[in-house]
Amino acid sequence: MHELSIAISLIEAAEEEAAKHSAASVAAVHLRLGPLAGVEKEALLFSYDLAAEGTSLQGSRLVIEDVPVMVFCPACGERRPIRSMQSFCCATCDAPATEIVQGRELEVVGLEINQ
Amino acid sequence: MSTEPRLVEVRRNVLKQNDLIAAGLRQRFRAAGVYTVSLVSSPGSGKTAFLEKTLTLLGRSRRVAALVGDLATENDAARLRRSQAPVKQITTGTICHLDAAMVRGALEGWDGNSPDFLFIENVGNLVCPSSYDLGEDLRLVLLSVTEGEDKPLKYPTIFNTADIAVITKIDLAKAVEFDWDAALSNIHAVRPNMEVLRVSSKSGEGLDEWLRFLEARAAARTPGRGDRI
Repeated sequence: MHELSIAISLIEAAEEEAAKHSAASVAAVHLRLGPLAGVEKEALLFSYDLAAEGTSLQGSRLVIEDVPVMVFCPACGERRPIRSMQSFCCATCDAPATEIVQGRELEVVGLEINQ
Repeated sequence: MSTEPRLVEVRRNVLKQNDLIAAGLRQRFRAAGVYTVSLVSSPGSGKTAFLEKTLTLLGRSRRVAALVGDLATENDAARLRRSQAPVKQITTGTICHLDAAMVRGALEGWDGNSPDFLFIENVGNLVCPSSYDLGEDLRLVLLSVTEGEDKPLKYPTIFNTADIAVITKIDLAKAVEFDWDAALSNIHAVRPNMEVLRVSSKSGEGLDEWLRFLEARAAARTPGRGDRI
């Protein structure tokens, strides 16, 4: 389990971004998470409170938006979802999918701040 | 004066710090002509035996070196040093993966820091290492025949983020009734078109092909991992 390390990086990133917006406090951090980031959502939520303790983000909420894997399907010529994590092929036409265009996200996309 | 919190949009990769350090390492390796390979697998899949053979055989014609990550002990480094190559152990304590800062730290003041080939053996773990870019050119995932054919389906992320799969301990394949078709089909289900090599570090079978693959990749310097999306 490396979600605590990830949570600590997440808190540091959010603190820096909060400072840029002159936030007095942070109520929530919004995160986009793709399955290929290699991070377990539940474990990250659990680790978040621990990592936030004693920082300016203590008591804030972590809001995670799940981002599905998307590929560029050469057969369809379009962005498509995959069949499943156990089958990286186009969900529409079953062509093997090698060009991943979404799904590695592990990014902070929003902060709910008090000023 | 207190009001409802205000939502501000930001865009910030959580592992930006790691990625920046990894990008710096990649640049430095390229400038120095170092081709870098990281190895990931579950514990006990034969990473160290495979790496020891690789260092010994490749070391006859090329300068090779290795960094090896483990939670504790210097055992793997001691084994790998039998190959005569410079080897440095990174002991991570309780941390289950290597990150770019650990690699950078290990390279400082080390005599093995500019070989032709640098190998980075990650901590035995099929989950956590997938998140961290180490500045490598090639990420290699190992799967031993004794682990079962369905490992790729259970750990799709690490297989999908790797560049090549190496099936190890093939001298035991018959004894464990390893199903080659199922294994290849599972690997390709989670990573279509991935190249798959088969080796036995014990008998030496497949090692020549692996070394040829490595030399060809290094010569071609295919677009690196950092150039991906």
